[in-house]
Amino acid sequence: MSSYPELWFIILALAIGTFFFRWSGLGLLGGRVLPAWVLRHLRYTAVAVLPGLIAPFVFWPPATGGVPDASRLAAAAVVLGLAMATRNVAVAVICGFTVLYGVQWVTGG
Amino acid sequence: MVNRRFLTGLKDGAPFILVAAPFGTLFGVAATETGLNLPETMAMTVLVIAGAAQFTALVLMQEQAPTLVVIITALAVNLRMAMYSAALAPWLGKNRPGMKLLLAYFTVDQSFALSSLRYEHEPAWTLADRTSYFCGASLAILPPWVLFSCVGAVAGNAIPAWASLDFALPICFLAIIGPSLRSLPHVIAAGVSVGGALWLAWMPWSLGLIVAAMLAMVTGAWAERWLEGQS
Repeated sequence: MSSYPELWFIILALAIGTFFFRWSGLGLLGGRVLPAWVLRHLRYTAVAVLPGLIAPFVFWPPATGGVPDASRLAAAAVVLGLAMATRNVAVAVICGFTVLYGVQWVTGG
Repeated sequence: MVNRRFLTGLKDGAPFILVAAPFGTLFGVAATETGLNLPETMAMTVLVIAGAAQFTALVLMQEQAPTLVVIITALAVNLRMAMYSAALAPWLGKNRPGMKLLLAYFTVDQSFALSSLRYEHEPAWTLADRTSYFCGASLAILPPWVLFSCVGAVAGNAIPAWASLDFALPICFLAIIGPSLRSLPHVIAAGVSVGGALWLAWMPWSLGLIVAAMLAMVTGAWAERWLEGQS
């Protein structure tokens, strides 16, 4: 049983749609190289999508009802700073969680 | 396929287990809270295999949003996969069709971020090298995600709120973004993306993110051209 009608329809639609997105470039373009101006734009794909995807979580965390939260802002700053400085993802992630829990502990959050 | 490059990919992808574990667990817990049973949760994780879109769908289902809105919004969040796929085409597109189906399934934020950075630094790599690396990185990331979704679905509500697992996703993405901010145009594009997404958050169906991403992409490319003209 499920609390939501048409759940399987949603799962399959998301699965098929997402897979098509993932396959589109590889399958339709093959090994052809796109024009320089297209490549120049694609170079910025990740950096154009991911910061915007997570910005609301950093500034308006759903877990606090959208109220900016010191522990999350501090953790985000530390992760980004360390990731930029060290390029070491594991170190950045571990230090980020440490700051997150540390600030929550200090502020009693 | 299992060779030196595969192992390099596995090693580069390994740190993301630290992220896939809490984030996957959180998805399993959230799906259970939304009312999905174990087979439904696992079907979603294995077939969709895109964390942000899975969470988006759960949130909208909790709000009893119309089916079509759930689908369109979650797919909008995943539209970036089409951009990843196009960006990977010059590197991986000459593979056989069957292999490309597998590589398409493996295309997630982390495997794309790791590979596109690595390929630019390893121009001597062959198609086989790049394919092996991509598979290695993906197999470090995807199985833990699926496994821990299952753990979360079974563990249910036993995860304490103080663990703040909601923030595993931002921490993961910030750790990916950091190293890619390697030039001024990248920093400018990231800034436009953040500003645009926050400013356009009022737009329905996550369209604000898509518009902000397009603005950021154009700004980054424009800044790169402009800086080239300066030097």
